[in-house]
Amino acid sequence: MTPILLIEQVLNGLQFGVMLFLMAAGLTLIFGVMGLINLAHGSLYMIGAFAAAAVAGATGSFALGLAAALAAAAAAGALVEVAVIRRLYRAAHLDQVLATFALILIFSEGTRWAFGSFPLFLDIPAALSGPVTLPGGIEYPRYRLALIGAGLAVAVGLWWLTTRTRLGLRIRAGAEDREMVAALGVDIRTLYTVVFALGAALAGLAGALVGAIQSVQVGMGEPVLILAFVVIVIGGIGSIRGAFVGALLVGLTDTLGGLLLPDLLALFMENGAATQAGSALASMSVYLLMAAVLIWRPAGLFGRPA
Amino acid sequence: MRLPEGWVTAAALALLPAVALWAWAADEPFTITLATRAAILALAAVGLNVALGIGGLVSLGHAVFFGIGGYAMGILAFHAQTYAPLEIGPLTIAGTRSMPLIWLVATAASALVAWLIGLLSLRTSGIYFIMITLAFGQMAFYFAISWTAYGGEDGLSIYVRNGFPGLNTLVPIQFFALCCAVLLLAVALQWRLRASGFGLALDAARQAPARVEAAGLSPRRLKLAAFVLSGALTGLAGALFADLNRFVSPSMFSWQLSGELIVLIVLGGTGRLAGPVIGAALFVALEHWLGGLTEFWLVWLGAILLGIVLFARGGVVGLLTGRAGPHV
Repeated sequence: MTPILLIEQVLNGLQFGVMLFLMAAGLTLIFGVMGLINLAHGSLYMIGAFAAAAVAGATGSFALGLAAALAAAAAAGALVEVAVIRRLYRAAHLDQVLATFALILIFSEGTRWAFGSFPLFLDIPAALSGPVTLPGGIEYPRYRLALIGAGLAVAVGLWWLTTRTRLGLRIRAGAEDREMVAALGVDIRTLYTVVFALGAALAGLAGALVGAIQSVQVGMGEPVLILAFVVIVIGGIGSIRGAFVGALLVGLTDTLGGLLLPDLLALFMENGAATQAGSALASMSVYLLMAAVLIWRPAGLFGRPA
Repeated sequence: MRLPEGWVTAAALALLPAVALWAWAADEPFTITLATRAAILALAAVGLNVALGIGGLVSLGHAVFFGIGGYAMGILAFHAQTYAPLEIGPLTIAGTRSMPLIWLVATAASALVAWLIGLLSLRTSGIYFIMITLAFGQMAFYFAISWTAYGGEDGLSIYVRNGFPGLNTLVPIQFFALCCAVLLLAVALQWRLRASGFGLALDAARQAPARVEAAGLSPRRLKLAAFVLSGALTGLAGALFADLNRFVSPSMFSWQLSGELIVLIVLGGTGRLAGPVIGAALFVALEHWLGGLTEFWLVWLGAILLGIVLFARGGVVGLLTGRAGPHV
């Protein structure tokens, strides 16, 4: 293995990590503020990707596609919150799981009905296509580098929103004590809709950005959703900082595990068996990381113990 | 409606055998296969109901045990089929085509894995528990895909259904009778369990863990025991399901299946004795009937589920008995 390959894979891991962060941040916000487990978050990711692919395909503009993804996911999120989710905040977790599972079925099959079973494709914008040469002579796709930049920018934006703005103050207060915030005259119902739409827009953005390097198809959201759950469990529920650290850890573990584990096992196994066992272990590495964190800190790295 | 729950339970348990006998008399083997499928899914849901209905553990990863049961059958029958014994280190194990042996391995293996997963995930509760069981389910799914020795992504076909002493399992009605008998035994076990000291303590651990703790019992150990029993039953169902299809694949580990098992229970009625049986029968009927009407039947299933969660708590049993929750 060459250092260049290793650096490339580290960058790939970072890129995967920041996209996971966009998903996990929305989930953790929605859980932290409203106490809701939202399985349908992956559907919002899918809606973002489909909206971007459809609009970019029709107009030829990637930027318009991104705008459409944000708008469609936020609108779908707000609609779902008002129609269904609002009734679930005080419900048992089982009801939340079941209702949001039902939403996945409706969104997935509805999308299949509207767009068919064949995947759509979203082209990388011309300005961001092709490789870029990094210091040290490493060639790396410009688009993936842009994804890392976009993810970091969103992370900074979220930090600014939650700690430096009035809306962020209300969100944090709502997570602490919803009755008190309502008693102080904040319209808590609207606040919840806004937070849900914000989380949905982040998921839609992630779907659209990733949609340009993967195919856009029904069911694309759920594997990402489950990894985002792993991120939240590792980082601690309700903590955006935890989501960021957890997302980078998961992204790097997933990418580097597939690269390093077979070589590592080859030190004390024969080659064929090492490749077999290595790829099997690599597919489980993220979950083993989660298990280790659970043993060490059951409430996650930045979570408050219950 | 206000029917006594005992009547509803008896009617529900008589339903599947009645449908299968009618189909046998009318010579409709496909309907018998549908009834067998419903019986096996009901068995898996009875397993989940022990953890979810009585113990209050919302496990979104029960497909792990279903898949382990399936692969226990697949691996043992595969080695019997190829006449190549299974070698694990110094151990040499011959494959087998005998259902009782396969069931033993399937329940033991799923119980062991349930113990491991339970040990880790019961360190947490509530929403963490849901996400962690879901994540372990996904881990098993990806492991099965990357495990090429047993077919990897393509799965594993078993050409002849395994045997049970005294029965010809290739005859649909006989295989149905076997699955139905196992299901009835499991329902009886669940009934005895609820009335037992362990069941009462578990029920209490769901409702008031602090009081159970004060009474000198450990809620976590009670829940762990329930989770292990639950996993073992669902694993047994997985072995039967694999025998029904004569095929195992990673899809038996999929998170959709875990979700569907929860759906079965809630459709029928959470924590109710007959809930899983009614839910599974209804699910298979909807799948067959709606699936024949439209390719997109899952949209309608989703709408029905939303309706149940928002407006009809207690599922079918709740509607029939006029009570949203099981009486304790």
